[in-house]
Amino acid sequence: MHFLKLILRNGLRHKLRSGLTVLGLVVAILSFGLLQTIVDAWYAGADAAAANRLVTRNAVSLVFPMPIHYGQRIRAVDGVTGVAPANWFGGVYRDTSMANFFPRFAVDPVPYFAMYPEYRLDEDEFRTFLRDRKGAIIGRKIAENHGFKIGDVIPIQGDIFPGNWEFTVRAIYDGAQPSTDTSLMFFHYEYLNESLKKRAPARADKVGVFVVSIDDVDRAADIGREIDELFRNSAAETLTETEKAFQIGFAKQTEAIVIAVRFVSYVVIAIILAVMANTMSMTARERMAEYATLKALGFQPAFVGGLILGESLAIAVAGAALGIGLTFPIGHWFASQMGTLFPVFGVSRETILLQASCALIVGVVAALLPMRRAAGVKIVEGLRFVG
Amino acid sequence: MNAADPDTLVRIRHLVKSYSRGGQRVPVLTDINIDIRRGEFLGLMGPSGSGKSTLLNMIAGIDKPDSGEVLIEGVDIARLSEAELAHWRAAHVGFIFQFYNLMPVLNAFENVELPLTLTRLSRRERRERAEMALELVGLADRMAHLPSELSGGQQQRVAIARAIITDPTLLVADEPTGDLDRASAEDILALLDRLNTELGKTIIMVTHDRRAADQAHLIMYLEKGELSTSADIAERSVRASRHH
Amino acid sequence: MRIPVSYSLRNLWARKLTTLLTAGGMALVVFVFAAVLMLDAGLRAALVATGQPDNVLVTRRAAATEVQSSIERNQAAIIESNAAVAIGADGRPLASKETVVLITLPKRDTGVQTNITTRGIGPAGLAVRPQVEIVSGRMLRFGTAEIMVGRGVAERFEGAGLGQRLRFGGREWPVVGVFEAGGAAFDSEVWGDSEQLMQAFRRQAYSSVVARLRSMEAFDDFKAAIENDPRLPVDVKRERVFYEEQSKTMSTFISYLGITLSIIFSIGAMIGAMITMYAAVANRTAEIGTLRALGFSRSGILGAFLLESLMLSAVGWVVGVALASLMQLVHISTMNWQSFAELAFSFTLTPDIVWRSLVFALLMGFAGGVLPALRAARLRIVDALRAA
Repeated sequence: MHFLKLILRNGLRHKLRSGLTVLGLVVAILSFGLLQTIVDAWYAGADAAAANRLVTRNAVSLVFPMPIHYGQRIRAVDGVTGVAPANWFGGVYRDTSMANFFPRFAVDPVPYFAMYPEYRLDEDEFRTFLRDRKGAIIGRKIAENHGFKIGDVIPIQGDIFPGNWEFTVRAIYDGAQPSTDTSLMFFHYEYLNESLKKRAPARADKVGVFVVSIDDVDRAADIGREIDELFRNSAAETLTETEKAFQIGFAKQTEAIVIAVRFVSYVVIAIILAVMANTMSMTARERMAEYATLKALGFQPAFVGGLILGESLAIAVAGAALGIGLTFPIGHWFASQMGTLFPVFGVSRETILLQASCALIVGVVAALLPMRRAAGVKIVEGLRFVG
Repeated sequence: MNAADPDTLVRIRHLVKSYSRGGQRVPVLTDINIDIRRGEFLGLMGPSGSGKSTLLNMIAGIDKPDSGEVLIEGVDIARLSEAELAHWRAAHVGFIFQFYNLMPVLNAFENVELPLTLTRLSRRERRERAEMALELVGLADRMAHLPSELSGGQQQRVAIARAIITDPTLLVADEPTGDLDRASAEDILALLDRLNTELGKTIIMVTHDRRAADQAHLIMYLEKGELSTSADIAERSVRASRHH
Repeated sequence: MRIPVSYSLRNLWARKLTTLLTAGGMALVVFVFAAVLMLDAGLRAALVATGQPDNVLVTRRAAATEVQSSIERNQAAIIESNAAVAIGADGRPLASKETVVLITLPKRDTGVQTNITTRGIGPAGLAVRPQVEIVSGRMLRFGTAEIMVGRGVAERFEGAGLGQRLRFGGREWPVVGVFEAGGAAFDSEVWGDSEQLMQAFRRQAYSSVVARLRSMEAFDDFKAAIENDPRLPVDVKRERVFYEEQSKTMSTFISYLGITLSIIFSIGAMIGAMITMYAAVANRTAEIGTLRALGFSRSGILGAFLLESLMLSAVGWVVGVALASLMQLVHISTMNWQSFAELAFSFTLTPDIVWRSLVFALLMGFAGGVLPALRAARLRIVDALRAA
């Protein structure tokens, strides 16, 4: 008990110093947590992928389309339960700023939404959408951010598919899980196609990707190969992969950035380690006479070392608790500033564990050298010491 | 003196100690031999650097000699390991320092209680003893004060209470009045005298202060690493004056 | 009265461990700050070096990248026949009508499928890009399926070396040459005959036209003439400006992230400096009292402690910049979000970055040390001496 008493009271001795150190820890743990969460959010798309969905695209590059009649042949493959064509539409809503960006897809809605049960739709709204060829289904997040309601018209300036497009909001979907992306907009592929037939016939009847649902998750690789076999040596060879692999593909191409961010997150821990180590060694040095006195009184070196370790850990725990606590609200604010760049931004349990571990390690390592010094101090020298 | 003399508390034979200073070995104590009886109040005096504090440190078990024996109650503490010495000190020595060396974050009561936390006494037993010790030094009403809230003399009295609380075999005091004004110094010395005469505590005190030395019953002088008693000095000065 | 500089210096030296740790923390922050600036500079260098000062790039109106752009044959003909376009040694206009597509190739070390910009060039393709040099093999022959690859592609991607063949668009394309463009984006590209590529990908239109103007003074007139021509729904940009805009999103992201991180990290380092300096003041209270009693002024004390803090940050700056300069050995290759294609660049250290890092470091040192220094200056002599 007296051990803890000494630790706590010593920690409060230099309120300014302890306070500043805790503050430094809070900043460091908070930054670390945010950076790790950004990395997680980067790969969030892949986490939300379903194991029973495959994505078929042009083998040369995603940028090249495939003929729409591929869809029927894919549907006929054993194990395939549904095929939905989808085109990335792009376009610009109001301006090219981050705040006004959200993904837009032209899809064949019936098969598409059948294989995305995580997009929760009201049945009536969906039926209204099906009847309106210029209709659009938007996610709850876009509806909230931009104040869209059912019946609103969204004007889009096309870039990949030039022209002035208008869509009427007919349904708003919610995500089944917090990790479901509700920042997407969908409309009828038919609407896009019929316009292309008139304006740029060469581009009509082409599809960007086919999303394929399968019945047996374990046969995903085999079914994918079978699909690709169908189109070998044709004008548009295909590459079929699981949805997860497809999403990861994007993230992987910007892997360098991710590595850099992870690296930097550990740099901040190194910074605070230096600060903590400095604080603890200064503190220990100033108290040499007290440690020597304790040893003279008969306390073992381990006791004295333990006092320092205890104080260091106490500061570390305080800083970690505050830092972890603040990660949530600040993370939330950050995500809202980023618009739909990170549709899913959640602090994971692993991140919290990492934050706590880092704080603990900092607390221990910072105390190591001062502990050894204090425990090993020769009583006579320690007593003679004048801070 | 008989080695088996039950009255001899401390027996030092052929004690040698030197320090390294700037790459050189400086001898501090050369072949010290001394017997201290139980219940003695010994004053150690000598010029600066004469090694009196060093000698005290050897007896108190917070420093080790290069060679020689330090027998306290028959135990040669110069042979004990660091861990054993720590245990030994806790049981046998009470410290009184020039600068008190109280724990700044503990109040008077807690400071006095501190050495007892190394024992197996219960909370209540510790409290009783601490209160008694503080009564003895006349600070029962200042139990809850922090050292920063006490005067120099009061802090030293707390330190003395801490020193006696484990009922140690001997008390070592290094310049106990060095930082005090005259009135406080006299109080402290009076207290030490009481501890010695009423409670029979063996006290070894290093001091510069002539007045403090006067309180002691026996004075030894350390000069250039050699020990002599006042009797020796008296004889030497008589001899010296005869030559002139 | 001024306190000599050596006072501050000696005090730092006396407490080596503390100085090391405090300066070390600052060094790390300076490192991050400088590294981010270097990354951005490297990115810009790669993209800007891609553009020649007297070249123009013509794309379809509102196309952000060449991949999204398309220019009909007849439109391209009108553009290249404009009088402002320079004439080459062969008597033909120095204009390259180009087709840009993306193909995917696996990276050598990770096998990750990556988008690579593949550019079909016209006969003037090399002439309008004098910064490009063929370093091995030879120039491709127009009218054949021969291709050349940028050095970055040859080194980092499977099957793209000299003598190998790439397979796409239903055909095989032998790699006959490797070219280098001094770190510009072209190092990450594959080049072939524009007409051949268009055939393979069933395209009827070019992506863009790159042309050298007789002189850049003619730019404004040229731009007006072309953009106002009702037959030409195109944008005319200086080549440099075009590529600069390509990097805008990435550059902005890196800048924002980097600056935010640097500021947050600097708070940590400043706290470290504050703790150190407050402790220094506390431990030297008697000393300060003595100095003042001897006749040194308050401002002298303030200056001495502030100087100590600034010296700490200067040491941090030196170490931080030294570490950052090591980053120049690192090469980054990542996907540019706007062009959707692989882009390779590296950390570039410029004198400007070195100076900005110094200012940043000194600001940290100042901010961390000013409050403790003020405390030292405000001590009353009697209080300070009594603390002895």
